[in-house]
Amino acid sequence: MPDPVLSVDTVVKEYGDQVKTRALDGVSLTLAPGAFAALVGPSGCGKSTLLNIVGLLDRPTSGTIAVAGKQTAELDERGLTSLRAHALGFVFQFHHLLPAFTALENVMLPSWGERGMPTAKMRTDAEEMLRAVGLGDRLHYRANNLSGGQQQRVAIARALVRKPPLVLADEPTGNLDTASSEEVFALMRRFNRELGTTFLIVTHDPRIAASCDRTIEMVDGKIRDT
Amino acid sequence: MPFEWFVALRYMRDARGQTILILAAVSIGVSVLVFLSALIGGLQTSLIEKTLGSQAHITLRMPREEARAFVESTPERAIARLREERPQRLRSIDQWPAVIAEVEALPGVLAASPSVTGAAFAVRADAKNAVVVRGVAPERFRAIIDIDARLVAGRFEVDGDDVVIGSKLAADLGIAVGDKLRIRSSENIEIVATVRGVFQLGNEGVDSTWVLTSLRQAQSLYGLRAGVTTIELKVADVFSAERIATDIRGRTGLRADSWMTINQDLLSGLTAQSSSKTMIQFFVIVAVALGIASVLIVSVVQKSREIGILRAVGTPARRILLVFLIQGGVLGIVGSLVGSGLGAVFAKVFEALATDASGTPRFPVQLELQLFVTSSLLATGIGVLSAVIPARRASRLDPATAIRNA
Repeated sequence: MPDPVLSVDTVVKEYGDQVKTRALDGVSLTLAPGAFAALVGPSGCGKSTLLNIVGLLDRPTSGTIAVAGKQTAELDERGLTSLRAHALGFVFQFHHLLPAFTALENVMLPSWGERGMPTAKMRTDAEEMLRAVGLGDRLHYRANNLSGGQQQRVAIARALVRKPPLVLADEPTGNLDTASSEEVFALMRRFNRELGTTFLIVTHDPRIAASCDRTIEMVDGKIRDT
Repeated sequence: MPFEWFVALRYMRDARGQTILILAAVSIGVSVLVFLSALIGGLQTSLIEKTLGSQAHITLRMPREEARAFVESTPERAIARLREERPQRLRSIDQWPAVIAEVEALPGVLAASPSVTGAAFAVRADAKNAVVVRGVAPERFRAIIDIDARLVAGRFEVDGDDVVIGSKLAADLGIAVGDKLRIRSSENIEIVATVRGVFQLGNEGVDSTWVLTSLRQAQSLYGLRAGVTTIELKVADVFSAERIATDIRGRTGLRADSWMTINQDLLSGLTAQSSSKTMIQFFVIVAVALGIASVLIVSVVQKSREIGILRAVGTPARRILLVFLIQGGVLGIVGSLVGSGLGAVFAKVFEALATDASGTPRFPVQLELQLFVTSSLLATGIGVLSAVIPARRASRLDPATAIRNA
């Protein structure tokens, strides 16, 4: 059995100094390479907290996380940034593109932040990815001149441009109409199958959850059922 | 283009209005800096040139003759004593050629000129004016004061009985080039001299009293044989005159007066001008720094979501820091270049507008390359330094919080 892409072991996350609020209460979770999983649950159950911790944007109070086989507890800030750049892709609900940059520049960003990669290679990879999401004719459009669905497709291209083993999507269709939602979901599914990328998708949409290979339900900071 | 530069320039271009406003503020600040420095520098140079155009930078004389007590007080016996200042004679500097050779070899000394200076009367018909006779060696004297450039009539010829006199003295005595003049020295020796030239040094005291003659003629007038009463020096850096004078005092035992001690009022005026210039520069720099820092702090707040995204997609904090430092530096360097140009234009326009009847600028400005280089380096450095706080703030933004709060 191949090593898991994501391994979360009894993770606890507490907030507050005087009065502690437990957002995650002993969460354990494993995702195998090529998994396509939905993370569902009511608002405030800890989905976004889990996604931030798995995405190395936040640290757990206790417990361990391994991403792409690397234990994260032993990494300093620089090490976490590097692992985030190489092993993780993010798709946010509000796409979070940089409005001053073109679609192509937005997709180049994850490679650009790293020294040593030739600009020509960055550009070719970004163009290829944008064509793959059907935006080959929108390369030089500024992000805020694209439609909501197009912006989210750019966000997917940005998340996948470095071919990370794991993509975390936080309600990627939450702000889109039905047609755009289906397009975006279909894209993620396609990349999951073609590239073998593992997806963990936070969603409130039962149709999307039902279309995933696996559904992980969270209630009150705990995983109830997988 | 490197990532940091690309993002920094794109952010500046994106916030065009904000960038233009702060660039205008930095440019105006730097232009004020350049304009005031050029103006005050020009005024100081002009004042120094006017003052030092008619005098040496350092003058060497024999020390004053002091009255000496025959009996000194002791612990057992106190002596009441009335001390009177001793009358000062015209005395020749001992071994003056050797002194000249020694001081000329000192670093920073450009020229040395021996002279005999004494009091006299210049008489023409019924007019009798008190004058200062200055016997000089023409070539050496020219190295101290550019007398040829200050001649208003005739030539600088002081051979034999020839003299050159100040313009005010010529006017007072009604003398023109070629006229004769009787000179009676304080030693009661009288000669009849021919006026070969009339100069105007711009200092009324000098123009109304100086009679320049040859060293030999002056030595005869004061009975000094081969002696000289003063040695005048010119130094490369006028503001080092006092330091060199002190050095010479120690070496030769002579009295060495620099222009700085003779013109203390001028010096304190120059110092006050320099101090006010420094004060103005300081406040302009503070204003520029605050302007850049506040704009960048606002920019960090506005862009915190984007900074969070950049961090989330794997951009190291160090590179975010550089993005904002570059913005500070670019604002500083562009502002300083535009400001230097504006300052130079303001200075030249001001110089051209404020002139006297003859068209000579009342406020000559001094625009030197060093001024632009210093202002530009200063503004760029201030730009980068002002960006440190916003840049650190940006680089320390927690990506999860920045994205969540957006």
